Amino acid sequence: MTPPAANPDGRKPMIECRQVQKYYGDYHALRGIDLTIREGEFFSLLGPSGCGKTTLLRTIAGFEEIGSGVVLIDGRDMRDVPANARPTNMVFQSYAIFPHLTVAQNVGFGLRRDPRSAVEKARAVDEALEMVGLKGFGRRAAHALSGGQRQRVALARALILKPKVLLLDEPLSALDRKMREQMQVELIKLQRQVGITFVLVTHDQEEALVMSDRIAVMFEGEIAQLDGPEALYARPASRRVADFIGVMNFLPARILGETDRGVTVDAPGFGVVEVPMRNVSRANPGDAGPTVGFRPEAVTLTPVAGRGPERAVDRVSGGVIDEVVYYGDMTYYDVRMDGSARYDGIARPVRVSMRNLFGREVPDVGTRTRVVWSPGSLVLFR
Amino acid sequence: MAVANGKEAAQGLRIVAPPLVYAVLMLGVPLLTILAYSFFKDGYLTVVREFTLENYRAVWADPIFRTIMIRSLSVAAMVTLATVLLAFPVAYFLSFVVPPDRKALWIFLITIPFWTSYLIRVFLWKVILGFNGVINSGLKSLGVIDQPLSFLLYNTGSIVMTLAHAYAPFAILPIYVALEKIDRSLLEAGRDLGESRAMTFWRVTLPLAMPGVLAAVLIVFIPVIGDYVTPALIGGGKIPMVANMIQSQMLDQDNRPLGSALAVTAMLIVAVLAALFLALNRRFLRVRQ
Amino acid sequence: MRGGGLRAYAVLYLVFLYAPILLLPIFAFNAGTIIAFPLKGFTTDWFVQMWGNAALRKALANSLIIAFSSAVLATCLGIFAARASTRFSFAGKGAALGLIMLPLVMPEIIVSMSLLVVLLAIGVKLSVFTVILGHTLICMPYAVAIMTTAFSSLDKSLEEAAQDLGETKLSAFRLVILPLVMPGIISAMLMCFTVSLDEFIIAFFLAGNEPTLPTYIFSQLRFPKSIPVIMALGTILVLASIVLLGIAEYFRRRGVARTGAKDTGGFL
Repeated sequence: MTPPAANPDGRKPMIECRQVQKYYGDYHALRGIDLTIREGEFFSLLGPSGCGKTTLLRTIAGFEEIGSGVVLIDGRDMRDVPANARPTNMVFQSYAIFPHLTVAQNVGFGLRRDPRSAVEKARAVDEALEMVGLKGFGRRAAHALSGGQRQRVALARALILKPKVLLLDEPLSALDRKMREQMQVELIKLQRQVGITFVLVTHDQEEALVMSDRIAVMFEGEIAQLDGPEALYARPASRRVADFIGVMNFLPARILGETDRGVTVDAPGFGVVEVPMRNVSRANPGDAGPTVGFRPEAVTLTPVAGRGPERAVDRVSGGVIDEVVYYGDMTYYDVRMDGSARYDGIARPVRVSMRNLFGREVPDVGTRTRVVWSPGSLVLFR
Repeated sequence: MAVANGKEAAQGLRIVAPPLVYAVLMLGVPLLTILAYSFFKDGYLTVVREFTLENYRAVWADPIFRTIMIRSLSVAAMVTLATVLLAFPVAYFLSFVVPPDRKALWIFLITIPFWTSYLIRVFLWKVILGFNGVINSGLKSLGVIDQPLSFLLYNTGSIVMTLAHAYAPFAILPIYVALEKIDRSLLEAGRDLGESRAMTFWRVTLPLAMPGVLAAVLIVFIPVIGDYVTPALIGGGKIPMVANMIQSQMLDQDNRPLGSALAVTAMLIVAVLAALFLALNRRFLRVRQ
Repeated sequence: MRGGGLRAYAVLYLVFLYAPILLLPIFAFNAGTIIAFPLKGFTTDWFVQMWGNAALRKALANSLIIAFSSAVLATCLGIFAARASTRFSFAGKGAALGLIMLPLVMPEIIVSMSLLVVLLAIGVKLSVFTVILGHTLICMPYAVAIMTTAFSSLDKSLEEAAQDLGETKLSAFRLVILPLVMPGIISAMLMCFTVSLDEFIIAFFLAGNEPTLPTYIFSQLRFPKSIPVIMALGTILVLASIVLLGIAEYFRRRGVARTGAKDTGGFL
C-alpha cells in the first residue's frame, strides 16, 4: 500500500481511521483499516460489492459499531457517539426521502432542534433547495419526485445541516447513464462550492476517477491502494487493482536485471525493455510470476507503410490484427504481436484502443500493423 | 449485514418479548397443561395428579372415538377436496385473466363473505337446506315437489357443503399467491418449446402452483377438523365431529384428563397426517422461483 | 375477451359465495315469521324488535367492549412482533414468531378448551375480561401479518436517515416510522375488531354468563320465533363488517400508496 502523505498541502485531517476491525459473526468485514481523509477533500472508497466499503462508510456515519480500532472525526473519538450526534450527514443509496413529507419538510427535517425562528429555517430550506437546483419545489409531495430530484433533495437535506463530512453511499447507482454523468459534474461543483469533505462509496471505477481527489481501492476488507486518480490508473499497485480499474493487458515477463533507474525485462512481443522504477510494483500476491501490463490506449497502431515513431523514446513492434470491435468514437483491436508466443507457445492477443479520427480508415482483420509504444507506458508486477 | 451482532440480537429479543410472553402464557402454557392433564387421573370433579396412560388407552379403545375421528377426517378430506378443486379456477382467473388494477377489487369481493359472521353464514345454510327451508319451500311454491326433500339437512353432505362454502377464500388466496409468483415468461417459454396451452398448464403452471395448492390443502384441512359450529347447527347435534366430542368430555362429562387426551390425540393425528402429506409432496416444495 | 369461460365460472362462484348472505336482507324485511318462500310482504318490525331487545343490547355492548379492547391489545402486541420480525435477527426468531402466529392455524376449540382449563384451574372467574384475553390471542396473528407488511415495505434507511439528521432512535421511530405505518395500524385494528366481533367459540366457552353477539345469536337459533330478528341483526352485522373492511382496505391502500410501493392487493 502506498502510505498516504501525512499532510502535503497543509490541510488538517478530517477523518482518521486507525486499525479499524469489524466482524459479522465469523465474517471479517474490515481487516485493519488505516486511513486519513483530509478536510475539504473529495474522497472515494472504491471496490467490488462485499469489499467492506459500505461497512466502512456506515462505521464512520455511526450505523455500524466500531469493532476495534479508532475512528476520529475532526480529532474527536467517535466511539460511543451515536449517529445523530456525529458531525456527518449521509446521502443514502435509496435516498431515503421521507414519503409522508413534502420536499421542504424533508429538507428541513434536521432543523427540528435548531433554535432559529421558523422564518429563518424556511429561508435556509429555500437556499438549500436553490443550491441543488430545486428552487420552488418545496411544496411538492416527496413521493412524486423523479430519481434525479430525489437525489437532489437528499443532498439539500444533508447539506443544510452544514456537516463537517458528507457521506455518499452509491448515490448515483439508481440513475440512468445520462443523468449519472450530469450528476457527477454537479456533485464536483457542489463540493467545491460548499468546501465540505465528501466521502463517496462506489463500485464504479469511472465514477471514482471522474470525481475524486483521492481514491481508496478496497478488496476483502482491506485497502489495496490509496492514491490520486492519475496515479491509480497509470501505476496500479497490484494486478488486481489494475484489473479492477479500467482494462489492462497482462503478459508474462522475465526479469533480466535491475538498476536504480528501472528493471530490465524480456516481454514477449516487446523484447528487452527497461521499465522505469516508478512503474514497478512489488505487490503481486498470488500471481504466477513477473508480469508486464499496459493500458489499451498506451500503445498506438500505425500502418506498416506509414510514418515511423514520432518521439525518440518510442519503440516499434510488429503484429497482426486479430479482431476489430467498433465503438463509434473508438475502436478496440486485438493484436497478435510478433513473438508473443515465444515463451510457452500460447499466443495472447493484446487489446489496443484507438480513437477514431475522421478520414482514417479502420484496418481490417488480418492486416499487418506496427505497434508503437514507449517503456514508460509499461508497468511491471513482480 | 447477514449476521447480527449481539447487541442487535438482544434488542430484537426485547422487542419480541411482549407478544411472545403473551403467546406463551395464553397458548403455550395452556397447551402444555392439556398435555399434562392427558396423563393424569380423573377424580370426581377434580383432576388427580397421578401419572397414567389410561386416558389414551380409553381413547384408542373407544369405538365412538374411532367413528368420530374417521368421520371428522373424511369430512375434512371431502371439504378440502371440494374447496381446492372449486377454488383453483377462480385463483387462476384472478391471476391470469383479471387486469392488475382490478385484482384488489376481486380479492376484496371474494374475502368479504369470509369476514361476515361465521355463525350466521352457517345458520343460513340450515335455512337454505332445512325441512321448510329456502330450497324446499321455493321448490314447493314453484310446484316442482309436493313433499319437502328431507335428505338436504342433518347429514354429512350438508356439513361438507356448509364448510366448503365457509372455507372458500382460505383455498383461493394461497393458490392465487403462488400463481402470481410464476414468471410469465416461463409460460411463454413452454409454448415456445412446442407445448400446447393445456400441456403448458400441466407441465409448467401446475407444478409451479403446487406450493400454493399444498398450503391451501393444509389451511382448509386443519381448521375443518376442529370445527365445532357446523356439526352443532347443520348436523343438528346428531353427527358430532371431534371438536364436539372434546367439548363434551371437557365440560358436559367434566372428564378433563380424558378430554385432554382426546384433544392431544386428535392434534397428533392431524400433525402426523400433515407431515405425511408434506413429505409425500416435498418434491413440489423444492421449487425455487 | 380472453378467459370468457373462466370469467363465467368466477361469477358463478361469487354467486355461490354470496347466496346465503343475500338471503339475510330478504328475510329480515319479510313479514312472515317462518323463513320460507313465498314471501309474506314487507316489514321493518324485526329491526324495531331488535332495537327493543335488552338482552341483545347487553350482548352488543359486551361485544363492542371485547372487540375494541382485543383490537387495541392485539395491534399493540402485533406492532412489537412485526417490528422484531422485520428489523432484527436473533436466535429463536422463527420459533418465537411461529408460536405467536400459531393461533391462526390452531382449531379454536383447542385454543379455547386449553385456555379454559388453565383459567379454571387457577380460579379466574369467567367474564368479559377472559374473552378479551382469548380474543387478543387469536387476533394477534392478523395484526402481526398486517403490521409485518407495513414495516417491511419501509426502507430501512428512512430510519437511519432520521437518525443521521439528528433524531434519536425513539424520536426517529415517532417522526418517521409511526406516521408511515399508521395506515397499517388502523387497518390492523379494524381487522382485529372484525375478527373479535364475529368470534363465537372462545366467547362461548370463556364468557361465563356474559353474552356476546355471536353467543346470543347461537342461543336464539334454537327458537324459530326469534329467527327473523336474528336475520335483521345479521343484515346489520354484514353491513357493519363490509364498512369496517372497506375502511381497513382504504387505509391499507393509502399506506401502500404513501410508501410508494407497488400494490399487490388484498388481505392476508
